[in-house]
Amino acid sequence: MSSAAHSSHETSPDLLLELAGITKKFGPLIANDAIDLKVHKGEIVALLGENGAGKTTLMNILFGHYVADEGQVTVANRDGGISALEPGAPQAALDAGIGMVHQHFTLAENLSGLDNIVLGTEPIFRLKRDRTKARAKLDQLMSGSGLNVDLDQPVHKLTVGEKQRVEILKALYRDARLLVLDEPTAVLTPQEADSLFATLRQLAATGLSVIIIAHKLAEVLAVSHRIAVLRGGKKVGEMQTSDADHRSIAEMMVGREVPASRRTERAPGAPVLHLSGVTIDRGDDRRSLHGVSLTAHEGEILGIAGVSGNGQAALAQLIAGLSKPDHGSVEIFGDVITRFDAHTFAQNGIARIPEDRHHDGMVGSMTVAENIAIEDVRSKEYQKFGFLDFAAIRKRAEHAIKDYDVRCPGPDAQARLLSGGNIQKLILARVLEKSPKLILANQPSRGLDVGAQSEVHRRLLEARENGAAVILISEDLDELLTISDQICVIHAGHVSSAIATAAIDRSELGLMMAGQSKIDAQHAATIPTADQGETR
Amino acid sequence: MIRFEPRSNPGPIFVYGVPVFAAIIAILLAAIPLALAGAPILKAYGLMITGAFGSIFSTSEMLTRATPLILTGLAAAIAFRAKLWNIGAEGQLYMGAMAAVVVGSGVIDGPSWVMIPAVMIAGAIAGALMLIGPTLLKTRLGVDEVVTTLLLNFIVLLFVQMMLEGPLKDPMSMGWPQSEPIIDSAILPPLLERMRVHLGLIIALVSAAALAVFVKRTVWGFEIRAVGENAAAAKFSGISVTKTMILVAALSGGLAGLAGVSEVAGTRGYLATDLSPGYGYAGIVVAMLARLSPVGVIISALFVASVFVGADSMSRAIGVSSYLADLIVAMSLLCVLIGGFLTRFKVRFDRKKTAG
Repeated sequence: MSSAAHSSHETSPDLLLELAGITKKFGPLIANDAIDLKVHKGEIVALLGENGAGKTTLMNILFGHYVADEGQVTVANRDGGISALEPGAPQAALDAGIGMVHQHFTLAENLSGLDNIVLGTEPIFRLKRDRTKARAKLDQLMSGSGLNVDLDQPVHKLTVGEKQRVEILKALYRDARLLVLDEPTAVLTPQEADSLFATLRQLAATGLSVIIIAHKLAEVLAVSHRIAVLRGGKKVGEMQTSDADHRSIAEMMVGREVPASRRTERAPGAPVLHLSGVTIDRGDDRRSLHGVSLTAHEGEILGIAGVSGNGQAALAQLIAGLSKPDHGSVEIFGDVITRFDAHTFAQNGIARIPEDRHHDGMVGSMTVAENIAIEDVRSKEYQKFGFLDFAAIRKRAEHAIKDYDVRCPGPDAQARLLSGGNIQKLILARVLEKSPKLILANQPSRGLDVGAQSEVHRRLLEARENGAAVILISEDLDELLTISDQICVIHAGHVSSAIATAAIDRSELGLMMAGQSKIDAQHAATIPTADQGETR
Repeated sequence: MIRFEPRSNPGPIFVYGVPVFAAIIAILLAAIPLALAGAPILKAYGLMITGAFGSIFSTSEMLTRATPLILTGLAAAIAFRAKLWNIGAEGQLYMGAMAAVVVGSGVIDGPSWVMIPAVMIAGAIAGALMLIGPTLLKTRLGVDEVVTTLLLNFIVLLFVQMMLEGPLKDPMSMGWPQSEPIIDSAILPPLLERMRVHLGLIIALVSAAALAVFVKRTVWGFEIRAVGENAAAAKFSGISVTKTMILVAALSGGLAGLAGVSEVAGTRGYLATDLSPGYGYAGIVVAMLARLSPVGVIISALFVASVFVGADSMSRAIGVSSYLADLIVAMSLLCVLIGGFLTRFKVRFDRKKTAG
């Protein structure tokens, strides 16, 4: 394992940016601890780390949003000299040619791409707008980089990938020499991600430097020249990408061995959930379902693949009992459901893991114990004559904290003090403890670090072993291909028939996710056979 | 540049100390308008204290004033806990008072142990209905309850005025727009001989204790807290947000209605349009000072009542405007809001200038 920090060009003349000994403390928390990082011209550096490793803090210091307690940032001037970047001054970072593409785009949806790009670069008070120069410059940028977008379209008509291109063009238009991309592939299909990587490589070849913040290892290995790994605020490793391998980086990020999720073969049982011809029309494909049919069986994980915003939310709401279909029927264990109500669903053995665990999964100001019991406070176990049985609630919480390794000061701690991974464990403890028959897991590992992700997978696989049907909605193909038995693709509110994971061609899946391959929605999910649950 | 950084976990000193500290600061700040009015400051403070606590009579007056404030304070506290912004306690108070008059001015008669509960229940139901309407509009159609409850106050006051000029008018009132008096068996009896403080105070204290237990220890209280703190998560977990909101509306409106009953059947004896000098609105301040804690409401209502009664008597004695009392109450609210902000955030002063 080539983990030791070795930088190939120690003092090379083409150094663009140097972060030296950056330390930033928030009270007792050391967010960045003496971090050194160099970026050379034309180099793509990947900054890897779990949540809370200090990636965002470091980038905020680079951009002048925070002032480092110690250490300094130096940038090569355009004329070749080297000067320190004024701390705490975002304008200085912009002037030095550092551009940022945020994970959540900062575009005005009602303006055209061109408007968005020139916004803020032209004087406000001027009678005539002359944009021939701007357009010429952008044309040149587009042809040189392959970042092709129709600049006259209003941004809301663009696809996510095109919006991202506009963001990148915006930075390049401002003569960025260093581009920082925060989790750029989170919203892209695999094909779009590949095309982004090709573009970044091309831009790097023309001398642009790139820092890419990521946590998907495969992507980092594909695109970067060099990898720096942060953990707990420290830089724990740096290496040339050519010397790196998947496993060693994962261990470096987590600081311990990561158990690989493994699916054992198992013959699926009887159908648990069956949707037939379900339509929910909300007037917009992102929030609608059109004639969806699918079946989830006992002891099976049914993956739902798709790019964010293609009807996953509508499907999840339906299975969570929060909305009812306009047409079509929902059967659970052969009973046609007429009463769509979250309380009834939860009490009837349906475990629901919400997509946004902070927003829908917990009440921050209530205690850990109260959050674990929240679905069941009306049941006899936890109340007598309307008065809460705090002893029982506490006892359950103590068990859950131990069994699910929820790291918290105790059952009476406020839930908002927990980290994202621990909140997810709390939710798993809440819903899985009751040995559910059907599990809706909506983006269960999104935003979690590698360790917590593998814990979530282990729990879902365990529930599958115990005969639960799991519906796994995810945008992460690796996750789906690792633990699902079958996969359906959702696009624009249509759901394809299920394909056995072993028989899946990754690029075909990508095309289906992009809506370029016909989704055959007429047939219900195919009946799986035992040989399909092959281990990958 | 000044920056605000969130505090991770404010300790009990902050939680309990900030309101007390804010009240003290507000009283000290009152020296400024006193000085501007040319009053002798120390003497004025002395007169305020004797005005509220100097004799049994003045303390009784203070407690009489605190009674409706506790009830409207509780009404605001429970509603705000669930993020139901009930600004309509004033109107609910008047509807409660009017219901008490309708039931308690001679239509039915009976012993006190029948009549007192009867007027209380009538008042509470009337107040509750006044808030359930706007709450249904909010949950069904998304109509902003701040607007509806606030505007209903004026509608109710005009409605009461109309009723007092018409069907409810006391023929013996020599033309004054006031209702017939509450009959003796429905009157909330005084707690002390020849003093005004009455049974309403006990009702208010019991309500506060009951509400505290309700919120903290019952399933419904649990659901109210969950809906108030994160309605989305409550809904996801299977709690009916609509039902919870209606329960809260019934409790909040009912408590405000009880304040009206207490005033009309305890303090005044009949209904007129000057029954409340803004107790419904002052209840919001009381609840905020108490940080929405039911037990805290008792303390903050006593504070607000002392300031009102003390400043009243002081202003009469040395001839400054009694609006000073409003000023002190308003300043303590501002101090508590600032204090609440400082509880949640640390203030950092950076010497470095920022460009751009």
